[in-house]
Amino acid sequence: MLSIELRNPENVMKLSRLGSFHQSKLSFLRSFIREFKNWEFNRDIFDLDKSGYGVAVYSVRKNKRVYSLICFSQHINDEERSDRVIATKWDAAFVLHDGVPTKKDIDRLKENVPKQEIGRMSNKELALSRANKSVRIFDHVVNSLSSGKQPDINFINKVGYLYRTTAVYGSGKFGLADRFRIKDREEICGPFRLEMMLVYLVRQFTFDQINHISKMKNPNEFVNLDKKIARNLGIGNSTGLGMAPFIVNHPTLLHQWIYNREKALKEIRSIELVSKKEIEYFKLCLEKSKKNIDNWNTDSNYQNKKINSLKNDLIKFKEYFSKLDFKNKKYLWNEIYLWIEKYLDEECSEYLISMMMEPYDKIIEPLVKNMSADEEKYFNIPSSRKLLDLKKIIENKYKLILNINFNNKKSNTYFWFISKNKEEPRIANRYDEYGSDLEQPLAIARDIKKLYEKILNENLLKTVADFLIYNDDLRHIVRRIFISEKFQYSEIQDNTIGESLIPIDMLRLKLSFFGAQKFDPRSDKWLRICMYQGAPLVNELKNSDDTWIYNSIN
Amino acid sequence: MMSFSEIETVSKRASKAIGYSWGIAEEIGKSVRILEMFNLPGISTLNQYLKKIKNKHPKKLKNILKINQSDEELCPIYTGVSILDNCNQLEDFNKIKFSNINYPLLIIPFLSRSSEIINKPIQAILDEGKFILNSNKTILTNIEKSNNFKNTKELIIEFGENKNLFTDTEWKELYKLSEDTFVPETDSLKNSAAGAGLTDND
Repeated sequence: MLSIELRNPENVMKLSRLGSFHQSKLSFLRSFIREFKNWEFNRDIFDLDKSGYGVAVYSVRKNKRVYSLICFSQHINDEERSDRVIATKWDAAFVLHDGVPTKKDIDRLKENVPKQEIGRMSNKELALSRANKSVRIFDHVVNSLSSGKQPDINFINKVGYLYRTTAVYGSGKFGLADRFRIKDREEICGPFRLEMMLVYLVRQFTFDQINHISKMKNPNEFVNLDKKIARNLGIGNSTGLGMAPFIVNHPTLLHQWIYNREKALKEIRSIELVSKKEIEYFKLCLEKSKKNIDNWNTDSNYQNKKINSLKNDLIKFKEYFSKLDFKNKKYLWNEIYLWIEKYLDEECSEYLISMMMEPYDKIIEPLVKNMSADEEKYFNIPSSRKLLDLKKIIENKYKLILNINFNNKKSNTYFWFISKNKEEPRIANRYDEYGSDLEQPLAIARDIKKLYEKILNENLLKTVADFLIYNDDLRHIVRRIFISEKFQYSEIQDNTIGESLIPIDMLRLKLSFFGAQKFDPRSDKWLRICMYQGAPLVNELKNSDDTWIYNSIN
Repeated sequence: MMSFSEIETVSKRASKAIGYSWGIAEEIGKSVRILEMFNLPGISTLNQYLKKIKNKHPKKLKNILKINQSDEELCPIYTGVSILDNCNQLEDFNKIKFSNINYPLLIIPFLSRSSEIINKPIQAILDEGKFILNSNKTILTNIEKSNNFKNTKELIIEFGENKNLFTDTEWKELYKLSEDTFVPETDSLKNSAAGAGLTDND
């Protein structure tokens, strides 16, 4: 029997590779659809005026459990519409409520949800969001439907959505319920599942709203949006640096995500005999998914280079794959993986790893249930251990980081901070900008190196507790190191403040686990994505197929 | 109402702003969250304490002894962190005395977490009354919540033992009563109601 190891964290956890991750069967959008496909979806209230402004409520229920999305849409002027976090008004605002909202709840939320960050939710609310119309697409669709025609598919496919969310908040933000209150619910076992539910229901609202406006505009001639076109529209999302610190601040959770992905790969590579059916299914998904790559439009040079590399490598792979003799071959996936590792770039390697998961529900489903982490459990520092232990862990887990020379100015270029006006994470050049004295503790590599150099001058038989009495400036980093001892994929093996940092790599890592596609960087600090494009509509969920993600309009 | 997540984050940031390191600020965030979850005035007490030390950051107690007397007011946070980090050794003292601890409520969550680490109950006896801490699962106190917990002349920390609070007689009496839920075994039941054979010498 072939013994296959998990991939080395030193390779996996490099930012260039993490920034090449793609959606997979493990992604939260897809696991949400699988988990909720047998739930009952309803539109309970739809009280919009002829322009589509007003209140709507959607519910998702099974047995006695009910979740409700409450939507508030309003008129805003074009000059008020902004995707940036500094915006104060949005076309629509949404909140996911635990249970069935009373009229009193709706009245309370009407006062608060449209205000977003300066509003106040209660622990009956679970997630909060807002979205703006893609005006050019929205107007085109309304004009088409109200005159009895379907919209131009090629035109709307360039964008892929009617609305774009600019933030989705959960877990205790602005008074929302803390995660511990709901984490033991069976249907919420995966991370961000409620946020995924919110976005899915928002997508349905956008279809219902656009049909309603079109009907009101021309009741005699209007047509509803064709279901096939609707199915291929998702929800856009503009995402900035807010996401980046999350993956640094949640090391055990990051480990769970990456570990389960790596475990899936290991188990697939360990399959001794791969069936013809499994190979055919892989080929089918790969073929269908290529349409998503062909429709991946961006003006970003950085992303276009990656897309071109992906396309070229896929041609190479196709040629290699077509020549493979599958018959009676043992450990086929392992052979394929080793070829991929040797000949293809990170972008395509990670893409094909996602594809290799497609035929294997039995491997993936148990892993999906294991994507969350009990972060509290590892908060305490095992302070009775010796500095010698700490030194060994650093030497073992942070080899690459110890090689970084932080005396070099370029290794210290950036600092992360929280902006005073919006309380959002930002990054700036330490040598050009004001504020580095208020740096957030996100320079993990630098602080690890600092700790390592300090303990080299200490008596290594000293306890960590004794060391910390005089070095509490390093306490946060000592905590992380003991976490990384237990969780091999908990730490990015790169310098998050170095000159060569590309922050959107950190965003893409997280978004790939969400299940986002068509990453469209608008700078090195923010990007647009699309979620749920191709997903079944609410009335199609029961019979939906998990390969919906590869359904493309063209 | 603020969520516990907001309480933890704001406490952490405010503590960093006043001069604690990030690592200590993380501990403070966790502590205030624990206090508020147990319905104790964590935010209010931290707010008062941070105002008090705004212009003069407190010193650390470098070494905890069985009796710790200090002319200077002791910082509940540094003292708490130090107890947490050394709780495995400190429990050998059985009892530790501190004099002159500022805002002693802020030390309670560290004792609560220490109790979880050493898996033993801890009692904290203050001038006004006491707290009983059990594995970070419960915090019991006879002190009024309205107490402003500003200062305590003496704080005594007692490491308890995991022992039962009832007598052997009480246990036996209750056990005997519980036996009334059992079915007396007849010869027939002895032969047929369990899986094993009548002899194990085979």
